Order: sequence, then C-alpha cells, then structure tokens
Amino acid sequence: MLLKHTTSKEIERKSLTINPAKTCQPIGAMYAAFGLHGCLPHSHGSQGCCAYHRSALTRHFKEPVVASTSSFSEGSSVFGGSANLVQAIDTIFTVYNPDVVAVHTTCLSETIGDDLTQIVSKASDDGKIPEGKKVIYCNTPSYVGSHITGYSSQLAAFIKFFSTSTTKKKNVINIAAGWMEPSDMREIKRVAKEMEARIIMFPDMTDVLDTGLTGKYEMYPKGGTTQADMIATGDSKFTLGLGEYSTMDACVKLENKCKVRFKVLDIPIGLKATDRFIMSLSRHANVPVPESITEERARLLDLISDNQKYFYGKRVALWGDPDTLIPLTEFLISLDMKPVYIITGTPGKPFDERMYELLKDVPGAKFKSGANADMFQLHQWIKQESVDLLIGNTYGKYIARDENIPFIRFGFPIADRAGHNFFPKTCYVGATNLAIQILDALMDYQDRTCPEEKVEFQM
Amino acid sequence: MSYILEERKKQIARVGGTVKDIDCGKVSLAGSVSQRACVFCGSRVVLYPVADALHIIHGPIGCASYTWDIRGSLSSGPELHRLSFSTDLREKDVVFGGAEKLRQSLDELIDRHKPKAAFVYSTCIVGVIGDDVESVCAQMEQEKGIPVIPVQAPGFQGSKKDGYKIACEAIFKLVGTLDKPTPKYSINILGDFNLAGELWILLEYYKKMGIHVNASITGDGRVDDIRNAHNASLNVVQCSGSMIHLAKMMKEKYDVPFLRVSYFGIEDMSDALYDVAKFFKSEELMDAARKLVREEIGRLIPALVPYKEALSGKRAAIYVGGAFKAISLVKALRLIGMKTVVIGSQTGDKDDYKMIQELCDDDTIIVDDSNPVELSAFVKETKADLFIGGVKERPIAYKIGLGFCDHNHERKEPLAGYDGMLNFAKEVYATCMSPVWKFVK
Repeated sequence: MLLKHTTSKEIERKSLTINPAKTCQPIGAMYAAFGLHGCLPHSHGSQGCCAYHRSALTRHFKEPVVASTSSFSEGSSVFGGSANLVQAIDTIFTVYNPDVVAVHTTCLSETIGDDLTQIVSKASDDGKIPEGKKVIYCNTPSYVGSHITGYSSQLAAFIKFFSTSTTKKKNVINIAAGWMEPSDMREIKRVAKEMEARIIMFPDMTDVLDTGLTGKYEMYPKGGTTQADMIATGDSKFTLGLGEYSTMDACVKLENKCKVRFKVLDIPIGLKATDRFIMSLSRHANVPVPESITEERARLLDLISDNQKYFYGKRVALWGDPDTLIPLTEFLISLDMKPVYIITGTPGKPFDERMYELLKDVPGAKFKSGANADMFQLHQWIKQESVDLLIGNTYGKYIARDENIPFIRFGFPIADRAGHNFFPKTCYVGATNLAIQILDALMDYQDRTCPEEKVEFQM
Repeated sequence: MSYILEERKKQIARVGGTVKDIDCGKVSLAGSVSQRACVFCGSRVVLYPVADALHIIHGPIGCASYTWDIRGSLSSGPELHRLSFSTDLREKDVVFGGAEKLRQSLDELIDRHKPKAAFVYSTCIVGVIGDDVESVCAQMEQEKGIPVIPVQAPGFQGSKKDGYKIACEAIFKLVGTLDKPTPKYSINILGDFNLAGELWILLEYYKKMGIHVNASITGDGRVDDIRNAHNASLNVVQCSGSMIHLAKMMKEKYDVPFLRVSYFGIEDMSDALYDVAKFFKSEELMDAARKLVREEIGRLIPALVPYKEALSGKRAAIYVGGAFKAISLVKALRLIGMKTVVIGSQTGDKDDYKMIQELCDDDTIIVDDSNPVELSAFVKETKADLFIGGVKERPIAYKIGLGFCDHNHERKEPLAGYDGMLNFAKEVYATCMSPVWKFVK
C-alpha cells in the first residue's frame, strides 16, 4: 500500500503540506500563454522551473510544449536577472521568432526584486524587440496563490497589453475561459456557433495543445486567440468570465480599461452551470437558444432519468481547482449524488462561500481550501468514512488503489489516461460525457465486486 | 542554418567534420528552449530512490509538486520516498523567514514516520531569504537522533550536474557512519536508480557470480547500506555524470577504488561483469562471469534475430541526459542493425564527446545542450526513424512521425542487462514498425 502511512485519526499539522492539491503560479501563466496565437512563454528564473512546467504540461497534453527560460545563474541572484532577460529576448527573436513573448516571473526573480517593466523597456530601447513583435509580462511569484492564480495573471496581462477600445462597440461577446481543457473550449465555441453568437474566446488552447499528427512539427500551431482578436476584446459589448478564480481579474481589468461590462459565471460544467451560461450568452449576444441546444439538454436529462438509481446517494470525494470543483459539486448534487469531501490547495474565500451554500443539504460534507488542504487531508477523511467514487486528477490514484474506490480522472494533471483532450466536460454534451463516465465507473465496480449470484445481464 | 545560434555553433559537431572539440559544460544561453533542468532537479533525482529516508522540500510548493512520484525508481520495501512533503512557503514566510516552518515540519514528520535519515532540500529562494537550514537540520539531528542532511540545491547555482554533485556530498555524509561485516567479494553499485526494476536484474547477475552487493546507491537504496558503503571492496559506477563524484570522494577518504561501467547492450553489460571479476583477480569469479555471459548471450542472440532483420538499416537520433548512456545506446543500436545519425546530451563533457566522435560513423551530428528546434531540424536532415530521449522530446518525435523510446525516468520496461537488451529491441521494433506511421506519410 503506497499510502500506508495515512491514518484515519487526523494528525495536527502546523506547517507541513503532504501530497499537495495544487502547484505553483508560473505553470498557470505558461499554460494560458499557449492560448495566444504565435506566443512563446518565457520563464524568468532558473532553468529547472521551465523544465518542470514543460514536463508537467507535456505529460498532461501529450503535445510538444515549448517555452524558453532566462537560465538564471549565481550572478543573476546577486546582480538581478535583468541582463539574462535582455539577452533572452534577443535570443528568442533571433532563433524562435515568435509573434509574442509572454514573460512570467518565478519565486526567485520576484524575491530578488526584478522589475519587468523596467527590464522590458530596456530591451525595447536596446532594439532587441523587432518591429511588430511584442513582449508582454506578468508577475507570478510561486509563494502566492497557486497555478490558478498564475493563469489568472496571464489573462490579466493579455488585457493590459492588447485590449484596446475604439469608439465603436461591436456586437461581440468576449468569453474569458478559465482553466479548462482545449476540448472544453472547443465545445464552448461549438455551442456559441450553434447559437450564432459572435464571440472572442481568450485564451484559446484549441489547435495548440490538441493538434493532430501531420508529420510536421509546428512550433506555433494554427490555434490560439489572435492578437487582432485580443485587441478587439476592448470593443466587444460584454464579457462573460468562466470561472471566478481564473478570470475575474481579467474581466475587471477589461472593464476598467475599455468599459466592457462583464459577468463572471462558473465554468459550464453540469446542468445548472450550463443553463446559466447558455442563458447569459443568449441574453448578452441577443440570440435565441436554438432547438438543437435544447435537444442536447433534453438528451442529458434523459440519460440522467434512465440511470437515476445508480446516482442516488453515492458519496463522492473531489479534489482539484476551485473553478471546476464548484460547478462539478453542483452537478453531482443535481444528479442526486453526495459530494462529501472537497479539497483544493488553491487559497481564496469564494470557494468556501460557494461550497458552504452548495453543501447545505449534504449532511456531513466537508471542504477545505488553501494551507494543508492536500491529498493527505482528503485521504484521512476517506479513512474515517469512505466514499463510493473519486473524481480528480491523477494524484488520486494512490487513494483509489489503497481503498479500492472507483476513480474518474478530471482536472490537471492527468498523466496516466487518455481522453481528457477529446471528450469535453463542458456544456450539455460535456455533462453527458461526465454522467456516462460516472455510470461506467460505478457499474464496472459493481460488476467486478458484487457476489456472483448478483451479476446481472441487465442493469 | 538559421536555427542554430552563432553562440551555439561550437556545441555542434559532425563526425569527420571541422569542429573537433565540442564546447560543452557551458551554461545554457538565456532565452534558449533548453531541455535541461536545474541544480535542485539534479540533487532530487539522485537522492529520490533512497526509500527509507524522508525527503522534504523547503520552498514554495512547485518544486515539491513537480517531483512527486515521477522518478520511476522502484523500491522492494519502504515507499516513503514516493510521498511529497513540502513547507509550502508563502509570502509571509518570504518576508519573515521559513526556518521555523521547516523545524515544525521535520519535527512532525520524523516523529510520525521514524525514517532512517532525512534529506532537506532547499530550493531557489531559501538562501536568498536567509533561512538557516543548516542549523535547523543540526538541531533536529540532535533531537531526533537520525542524520538530518541539508541539501542546498538552489536551482540557479549551476546546472543539473552540479545538483548531482550536491547529492553525492549529501550521501557522502552518511558513508562511514556504520560498520557491518561484509563478505570478501563485496561491491557497491553506484548510479543505477532501479528504473523499472533494472537494479534487480544486476543484483541477480552479481549474485550468480558470487559477488555481494553491499549498497546500491541509490536505486532501491537504504540508509544503513549507504552508511556501511565504505566497507565494500569496489565501487562500480554507472551513469558516470551523477555518481563519479561520490566514487572519487570514497576513493580518497576510504580508499575504495572504482570502475566505470554501463549496463546497456551486450558488450558493455558483459564488460561490467568481467571488469569486476578482473578487479578481484579471481579465476573463480571470471569463470562464473564467462558462464553467465555465455548463457545469457546464447539465449539473447537468437531472440534478437527477428528484430535485427526488421530494423536493419534504420536510423536513430539520441538525445539523453548523460553522454555515457548515449555511448552505450550507439552500441546497443548497432547490435540490432541500426545506425546512429544524431547524438546529443544535456550534460556531456569533453572526454565523453571525444569517445562519441571515435565511436560514431562519419557525418553523425553530435550536439551538446540542444533544443527542440535544432533537434527537429537534425532529425529531418538525417532522415531518422527513431528518437531516443525523455519526456519533453516524446511528443515532438511523434509529431514528426518518428518512433520514440524513452530512455529516461519514464521507461516502463527494464532496459539494462541482457533481458533489458531484448526489451530495448522489442520497444524499438514496436515503435519503429507501428502501423500508425504509414497513415501519416
């Protein structure tokens, strides 16, 4: 048993994190930067940061993940990383020739106090940034927030460096996409198209981190929000932010900068969150909800009603990121399941407030965020009273095996299964996929473990 | 070649070409998409397999998250090394210091897990914010009665290779602190990390020869074995990049001689066994080695035939961490009829590259500290059919339509020894001959 060290008796921990349910800011900034077309993420720090982020993203997406690094040395830590970054900008445009370089900081460059505004303007003065190219940047100290915070900071940087308002508002809705899979974004775009709503989605990782095999390696694949679209977000008439943690900051900044009003919704995972998204999009884009979408919803309801007894009362433990956990919890409740334990390492109040509301009618439900909200805590709760299903990233596999609990992979990172890049979890189609996955996991488990005389052809 | 920077031209050579001495061991140029990692990474991968030690990472959360159970080093007993412990330094710790947080964490952990030793890794900012990790470790060592070893591994203080050195020094602190009786023919295995259970294959071979493996450092490693490591007669060092420093220190202080070996491919594997027998000047051991090699090769060669037939004439590109491994791979590939057309490493030194130049055919491209742009251009130019590398190279190889073999942490089948050679052939065959490539081209 890999986790034989876990006891059901909760131990008191003052400082220690065991098996974290989060990671650090820079990887979020790197991920979001891939959602801008022709963008090379740049890690301003030690070489290892960049290597770790690239490896982690590669394992999850199974795609080439290319980013550059300032390669800090001993000298940088004493004299600051300015020289490294100026040199890096020069190297990047000479060799890799991206349209945009998106610089993010690390714990080291933040602690030694590098001022990116000043460094980038120096690079510009020194003529290191070619005509028509751009260097944008954001601050992502690893000791603040989590990977989600880093993602949010990158989105805010997109607004800061691109969004521009002319006098004329266009009949376009911005969709600020929270941390989700490229497949989830693809589905949201499909739904918007089906509704004939004109949208600009940012960031947009479709066709960047889910490209096909053609025999050619493209360093800058065809996908990603274009700079033109990113600039035009300032002229859109409304922004829908999907996921409070990852998009609120960008939405607020865009409103302040370009007077684009906004509403932050949950990522449309599950029935109710999708309802809210569709209604908002319909209202703000001023388009009706087409029959085809209503039918998708009806098919989801049909699936749920057909299988309701398998959902009923099942206890579920979840972990991951707040923007996905909130609508996921809500969906499980809609399915008549019992989300009893919910953990996120990402700190912040909104999660606690929403969970408190959502879980009012789930007796015995526990949730925790921020410090010490880690996989060890979750496992201790499970040891005290077990659950029927686990939903979360690959780091749950040890608990699943030790406790023999069915397990659905959902979130980041998923390093041991395929599918997250193909089957969306967003909108009605995504909710259907998710409900089917839940049923498969529960029913496979039942078939595998029930007494032989109880194995039945029809379920 | 616009994809090669002026500054990097001396880090690339062609066998038979004009560049003779590769300019290696340099820090990566800022702004390059280097495939290299950092000092912390180097120390962490080397120490990680010590399974009954506590490994705690003092720093912001990332470094603990990214190194949680990614090594693939198997343990035959304890699994403590596979958990992730972090002090998760936050903004207030950066301002007020994190030493107390570390002390509390160690206190809790050592009491609960009763490890044989603790390794305390400090990452980039720990030194900058001025935490006195040494004194926390010293205090804990005294209180808890186990070695608590600081591993000062700020990422920026050099390359991954420097991290290996720091790890060697951490291990060296343990060596010589325990004395157990050791048999006559006693060796330590240095530089095998028991990926996919490779160490266990080697143990079997040495056992058959009548040689006692005193300590395996660090694959399936145990603290007490390491503490007693100085009582072995010989250090057998693989993956020279990571462990040669330890071997040299043990030679100097405890007069334990060392041998450099590799366990990949038939020739190198057999040499590893013969060289050890030779060292002990024992006919008995040599006979046992000969018998073992004869039996194993007798089994292996016929088994390799179908793979060799299918793969004959195919071309391989190699880009791995250490150059010593790359050299073994060239030989192993030859054994299955394949030609190496590109060969590179993250951390090779001058001698390594010289050996490669002597070993490889004319026009083979040799490269130090490369990046995806260069690698994909080299592969295209040389019409390679196979890429051997690590996690970051895999999807690039696939995108170009090449077969791929992971010779790094993510290998799933043992590739060492004679059985490993067969696994390697099978893996290369499976990926090169996969029908999927036919649909792409």
